[in-house]
Amino acid sequence: MKVLVAVKRVVDYNVKIRVNSNQTAVETANVKMSMNPFDEIAVEEGIRLKEAGTASELIAFSVGPKQSQETIRTALAMGADRGILVETDIIVEPLAVAKCLKAIVEKENPDLVIVGKQAIDDDSNQTGQMLAALLGWSQGTFASKLILSDGSIKVTREVDGGLETVDLKMPAVVTTDLRLNEPRYASLPNIMKAKKKTIDVTNPEELGIDISPRLTVLKVEEPAKRLAGVMVEDVVQLVDKLRNEAKVI
Amino acid sequence: MSVLVIAEHDNAELKPATLSTVAAAAQLGDVDILVAGENCNAVANTAAKIAGVGRVLKADALALKTGLAENVAPLIVQLSSGYSHILAPATTNGKNIMPRVAALLDVAQISEITSVVSADTFVRPIYAGNAMATVQSDDAIKIITVRTTGFDTAPAEGGSATLEDVSNITDAALSSFAGQELTVSERPELTSAKVVISGGRGMQSGENFPMLEKIADKLGAAVGASRAAVDAGFVPNDYQVGQTGKVVAPDLYIAVGISGAIQHLAGMKDSKVIVAINKDEEAPIFQVADYGLVADLFEAVPDLSAELNK
Ligand SMILES: Cc1cc2nc3c(=O)[nH]c(=O)nc-3n(C[C@H](O)[C@H](O)[C@H](O)COP(=O)(O)OP(=O)(O)OC[C@H]3O[C@@H](n4cnc5c(N)ncnc54)[C@H](O)[C@@H]3O)c2cc1C
Repeated sequence: MKVLVAVKRVVDYNVKIRVNSNQTAVETANVKMSMNPFDEIAVEEGIRLKEAGTASELIAFSVGPKQSQETIRTALAMGADRGILVETDIIVEPLAVAKCLKAIVEKENPDLVIVGKQAIDDDSNQTGQMLAALLGWSQGTFASKLILSDGSIKVTREVDGGLETVDLKMPAVVTTDLRLNEPRYASLPNIMKAKKKTIDVTNPEELGIDISPRLTVLKVEEPAKRLAGVMVEDVVQLVDKLRNEAKVI
Repeated sequence: MSVLVIAEHDNAELKPATLSTVAAAAQLGDVDILVAGENCNAVANTAAKIAGVGRVLKADALALKTGLAENVAPLIVQLSSGYSHILAPATTNGKNIMPRVAALLDVAQISEITSVVSADTFVRPIYAGNAMATVQSDDAIKIITVRTTGFDTAPAEGGSATLEDVSNITDAALSSFAGQELTVSERPELTSAKVVISGGRGMQSGENFPMLEKIADKLGAAVGASRAAVDAGFVPNDYQVGQTGKVVAPDLYIAVGISGAIQHLAGMKDSKVIVAINKDEEAPIFQVADYGLVADLFEAVPDLSAELNK
């Protein structure tokens, strides 16, 4: 069984982001970039399926600028077998990513695609569901556990009320939540080995896909700042303030 | 313009998230509601009473009972013609179903809007709410999820919508429901509670959460948690507040033993009043707190409980 995982190059989750001075975007120049944390979980799950003997090959896919090769390289160092980059400098929306993924899925015929539930830059939470729709496949979103059996997959999902389990017919798309696994770090020897693994590079034109954005970003602003608060001495003062000043209890 | 709102419900009860979504939809045009489920008559009747709703479309079938996206999305697509916008709350259901609808219609989805600027322009948070983007959509039909904390709730009473049954429901037979483990609680729902008290890694163990529950019961509050507390197994996943968990904006949010990472702040910084109890005076949570108390929580929380009795 072949497994495809999608990885996105995003501003590292530890970076305190800033809006650029002309309020058109978030500053990304000279900012640390990393693999989207949910995608690390996707890669890890794919590797575990390989280690369990369930998956025979793990392909890491990305859409983005040339530097996304580094993100794919990270996935290869963690344990993916080869990479595919759909190169573009346009900021791609989830629908465009899903269309690129669909084209690759039709070439590679994986039985399972695993993607992160959301990217921590645009916080869209759409790509996996859109891919499943375009392929007419089943979807298991916000997964915290996967159990594969012949032709089907049992996915435990993190939902608002707790946990839910669904049975999906394969092929399927799964999106990862935080508790699915704890991703490994790439070891130095594996980072060296990853340099020899192949990354095929293509682009949206070659795939015949229109990736032009459907949304125009008119403005990006800082959110309203909270006014500075006060420190209280003890619990008695706290309760007094909540009762008589803030009047919230 | 006509707007279709997808109701959030569990076949027995309509959830408050629906009311905020109706309020957002009412800024765009005439509002209809789709209640897709099984044996969901009571929900449809409740939805028909929401002020300002014109029609309630009831799709009642076994295939829709558990809200499987593979079955609900094609139904919404089938109903989509004639609507300029389709809105669902940004609950796990809405997030699961709506992108599938958008892709089937070959349009973008606008996720988690916090305000409506005009019929084609919306504001939504990006980067864990550290930036707000104003986006305009050219698509013929706008598929939107609504961050409920950004909107008031439409009045639950006062409307008299007509009820219509939807037929032609099919089971895509791609997926099936296999079970659930829901958290049972008498306390208010986290996302609609007026008061929330959350615990973090500083709580040290799930056995210490009853300390917070005691206070919650006194204040009519819901109990939440940081990711670290959920990852450590202190409390179930549905307690998680933050960028990738639930977004809350109660009148009062009390953070106990939570450091205040940006991913946590993303889920609670729009609360009216924030209280932080942390033993580290440098903890970033104090930068957003209206009232900060530097203290060991194992002393402060029992004291707070006692003080609230006075
Ligand atoms: C992709 C991604 C998504 C994430 N999503 C979320 C999310 O949705 N929600 C979320 O919360 N986090 C999220 N995080 C995690 C986030 O970055 C932090 O790691 C997490 O919020 C920390 O939780 P915490 O504050 O409980 O723990 P810590 O940061 O360890 O803080 C514990 C605090 O407790 C205090 N403390 C300890 N003992 C006591 C005591 N006896 N009395 C008083 N105070 C005490 C300490 O001083 C400290 O400030 C995400 C991270 C990533 C990478």
